[in-house]
Amino acid sequence: MLEYNNNLGDIVDQCISKAKKSGATDVEVALIKNTSETVSFRNQKLDESDRAENIGLSLTAYINKKKTSVSSSNLNKENLEKLIGRCIDAAKITPDDDFNSLPDKELFFKSSKELDLLDDTHIENSKKIEYLKEAEEVAFKNPEIVNTNGSSFSESKTEIILGNSKGFKNGYKTSNFTAYCEVVSKSNGNMERDYEYTSKRHFEDLLKPSELGSNAAKFAIRKLKPQKINSGKFNIIFDKRISKNFLNYFGSAITGASIYRGTSFLKEKLNKKIFSDNINIVDRADIKRGNGSKYFDNEGVKIQNLSLVNKGVLNDYLIDTYYGKKLNIASNGRSGGTTNLYFENGNKDLKDLMNSNKKIFYVTETIGHGTNIVTGDYSLGAGGMMIENGEFVHPISEVTIAGNLNEMFSKMVLANDLQFNYSTNSPSVLIENMTVAGK
Amino acid sequence: MSKILKNSELDITSANSIVSETLNKCDDGELYLEDSKSEAIVLDDNKIKSSSYNSNLGYGLRAVTDDVVAYSHSSDLTKKSLNESSKNLKSTLSSSNGAYNFEIKKTNKKYYTEQDPIEAKNFKSKIEILNQVNEYVRKTDNSVKQVTATLLGEHKSIEIIRNGGEILTDERPLVRFNVSVMLEKNGRKETAVYGIGGRQNYDAYLKEADWKNVCDEALRIASVNLNSKPAPAGEMQVVLGPGWPAILIHEAVGHGLEGDFNRKKTSAFHNLVGQRVASEGVTIIDDGTLENRRGSLSIDDEGTPTEKTVLIENGILKNFMQDRLNARLMKTKSTGNGRRESYKHVVMPRMRNTIMLNGKHTQEEMIKSVKKGIFAVSFGGGQVDITSGKFVFNCTEAYEIIDGKVGSPIKGATLIGDGPSALKEVLMVGNDMMLDPGIGTCGKAGQGVPVGVGQPSLLINKMTVGGTQL
Repeated sequence: MLEYNNNLGDIVDQCISKAKKSGATDVEVALIKNTSETVSFRNQKLDESDRAENIGLSLTAYINKKKTSVSSSNLNKENLEKLIGRCIDAAKITPDDDFNSLPDKELFFKSSKELDLLDDTHIENSKKIEYLKEAEEVAFKNPEIVNTNGSSFSESKTEIILGNSKGFKNGYKTSNFTAYCEVVSKSNGNMERDYEYTSKRHFEDLLKPSELGSNAAKFAIRKLKPQKINSGKFNIIFDKRISKNFLNYFGSAITGASIYRGTSFLKEKLNKKIFSDNINIVDRADIKRGNGSKYFDNEGVKIQNLSLVNKGVLNDYLIDTYYGKKLNIASNGRSGGTTNLYFENGNKDLKDLMNSNKKIFYVTETIGHGTNIVTGDYSLGAGGMMIENGEFVHPISEVTIAGNLNEMFSKMVLANDLQFNYSTNSPSVLIENMTVAGK
Repeated sequence: MSKILKNSELDITSANSIVSETLNKCDDGELYLEDSKSEAIVLDDNKIKSSSYNSNLGYGLRAVTDDVVAYSHSSDLTKKSLNESSKNLKSTLSSSNGAYNFEIKKTNKKYYTEQDPIEAKNFKSKIEILNQVNEYVRKTDNSVKQVTATLLGEHKSIEIIRNGGEILTDERPLVRFNVSVMLEKNGRKETAVYGIGGRQNYDAYLKEADWKNVCDEALRIASVNLNSKPAPAGEMQVVLGPGWPAILIHEAVGHGLEGDFNRKKTSAFHNLVGQRVASEGVTIIDDGTLENRRGSLSIDDEGTPTEKTVLIENGILKNFMQDRLNARLMKTKSTGNGRRESYKHVVMPRMRNTIMLNGKHTQEEMIKSVKKGIFAVSFGGGQVDITSGKFVFNCTEAYEIIDGKVGSPIKGATLIGDGPSALKEVLMVGNDMMLDPGIGTCGKAGQGVPVGVGQPSLLINKMTVGGTQL
C-alpha cells in the first residue's frame, strides 16, 4: 500500500460521489498537492526567494460515451459543487465518442516494489544559499567568468492522489531537488553563457556544488571566440545534453495519438527496422529513485516496462486507454507519456567516435523548434566545437544542422557513456554526413 | 473594495494589515490576487476530443528590497496562509531597511472589454462552430486527412493591493481559435496551423467569413508545402513577409532590450543605448495600448499603466522595457512591461505588442532586387540566446527567389542570425505594416504570456538558412 494524505483522499471520494449523484455514469478525480521552495543567487548574494503551496483538483465526468473535464485550485466545497454541476451540464450536450471510457478494471495498478521516490529532508534556505554560493565561487575562480545569469536551488514535494468510480484509489508522494548554475564568460567583446544542472529525487544524489560551478564555467569558457564555419557535410557528434532530445522526438512519434491520427514519421514502422542492429530503447517506470519513475499512470493503469526498440526494430507504441481502444491494443500505462526512457549503452568509447573522422562537429547546444514529427524533417540552430584528429580545435556558433529523422535514426552510432541524469537519457551519438549551413 | 476577497475567507482589513506589516521596511512589493477562468474545447479526428473548464484562485505576496525579491504564493486564499507567506518573506529579508515607494501612475483607460468570453457564448454553439469548421475543411479539399480545431477562452481578474491600501484592478478577456490540418497526397504528408484571437468575445473572431478564412489559410499553407522541395543551406538574402514574421524582431532585438538582462549586463545590448543597432529607417516600438490586441494590457501586473515605448528610433537604440524593480535600479521609470504568467510567478520585464513601423519600399521592389535568396511568409516559433545574441526562427511557408522572381516553395527550415547585427543588415523596410493574427505566446524563464508582433515586409542582406541542399 502506498502512502497518501487521508483528508485529501476524502475530498476525492466526495467529488466522485457528488458527480455520480448529479448524473455521471463514471468519474475520475486527480488531486495534486505541491509545496516548493526556490532560492536564486547572483553575484555572491540572494537574488530571489520563492515559496509555493499549490493544490489542483481535476475531475472528468462521463455520461455513458460523453465526457468533459473541470479543474480548480479552489477546494472550497461550494466551489467544487458548482464546478461539478457545470461539468455535468456540459457533458450532457457534448457529442458521444464510442471510445470514451475509464480503463478496464484488470489493468489498474495494484502493488509494486518500493521505488524510494520521496526524500523527506527539508533543506533550509540558508543551506540552499550556501550550496549556491560555493558553486558560484568555484565558477568565478576562472578569470574568463565575468558575470552570472544566476543560479538557483529548488526543493519540491508533491503528492498525487487518483480515484475513480470503478473503485481505483491510490496515491503517493515524491520529492525533487534541483540545482542550476548559469555563468557568463567574456573575451574581447564576445560574451557567451552556459550552464550546468542537476536534478534528483534525493538531496544526497545531487552533484556537489563545486562540480556544478566548475562544469558551468568550463562549458561557458570553451564557447569563447567562436567561428562560423563554411557550409558543408559533416559527421556530427551530439553531446549527451542534446542527444537525449532524439528520444523525445522518438517518444512523441510513437504515442497512440500520433500513430492513430497518422501524424507521425514512424507510422507503419511497427516491427520494422528503424535503427541499426545494436540499438535498443527501453522505457521503464520502476527504477529506484528514477527521475521519471511512477507507480501508476495518469489513469491509474499499471505501467509495463517496455522494450520499445530491440536490435533496431520498433517493438511497441506508447498507449493510453482512449487510443488503445481506437487501435485495439490494451493500454500499457502511458497516459502521461514516457517514464524513464533511454538508449541502452552502445559499444564505442566517445574517444573512438571523436577519432572516427579527420574533422567532426561536436554539437553541445541546439536552439529552436525546427523538428517536424509528421515528416521527420529536422533543422535546428546549433553550436559546439570543431574536432580535428580527435582534439578540440575551436568553438562554432551561428550555424544550422539539418536532415530527416528517418535517415538520422538509421545512421546513429551510440557511445558507451550513458548516465541517468534526467528522466530521458542517452549516451553521446554520432551521425555521419549531415548538412551544416554556415557561411 | 476587493471583489476577489469578497468570496474568500480572507477579509480586506486583515489583508491590508499583513501587506503593510510585510512591506513597511521594503522598497516595493504588493499582494497580487488572481481569479481566473479558462476553457478549452478541442475537436480532433471528427469528434469533440475534449472539453475542459478551469477555475483558479490564488495570491502572490512580493517584497522587494534593493535588488532582492522575496515571493510567496499559494492557492489557499486564507488569513492563515497569507500570514505564513508574510513570515517567510520577513525572514528572507530580515535585514531590510528600505523606504516603500508609494508612487504609482493611475489610468482610467481600458483597452478591452471586461466581459467574460466564456459566459458570453453558450457551450452548445461553440461545439457547433467546431463541427462546422471540421465539415468545411474536409469538404474543401479531399486530400485532408486530419483536422484539429480548438477554441480557447479565458477571463482573468486581477487585483494589486499595495502598501497603504491602494487597490489597482484589471479584467482581462482573451480568446483564440486555431485550426490545424494534415494533408496527404501521393504518399506525402504536410501539416499547417493557422489561428486568430485577441482580447474580445469569441463572436468578434467567429463570424462565418472569419473562421472560413482561418481554415482556408491552414489549407493553403499545407498544400503549398505538399509541393515543397528541400530548402537551401547557407548564407543568403531573405525577404520577410509582413505580420507574423515579426517574431524576428521579437527574438533578434526584443528580448535583448528587456530591462532585467540589461541591468544585469548579460544582454548583448546592455551598453548600446544611443548607438546605432539597426539600419536607418528602422523604428521599433513596444505598444501595450492597442485596442483588443492579444499583447495589450490596460495596466501591467504591477499596476503600472501600459504605454507605447519607443525601443529603436531610426536605427538608434532609445529605451529598454522596464518593470518597477529594474527601472528603479537603472534610475528610470517603469514602462508598464512588468508581467507575470499568473499568481504562481514573479514579475519580470516582458514584451507586449512589439512592432516595426512602416518604411517606404514595396515588397515587389525587394523581391526584384534579390538574385538568390528566400521569401519567408509564415513562421513557427523562434528562440534567442540573449547573451551571445544568436537567434533562430523556423519558416513554415517559404519560397526560393531566383533572379528577382519567386520560385518553388521550400521545406520548413530554421534561419539563424545574430541579434545585434541582424537589423543592421536590413536593406529595405516595406510600406505594408501588418499585425499578426493574435496567436503569439512568449516564453521566458518558464513563464508564458500572450504577446503580439507586427512589421512591414523586410529585405535582410544576409541570414543563414538551415536547409539540406548545399
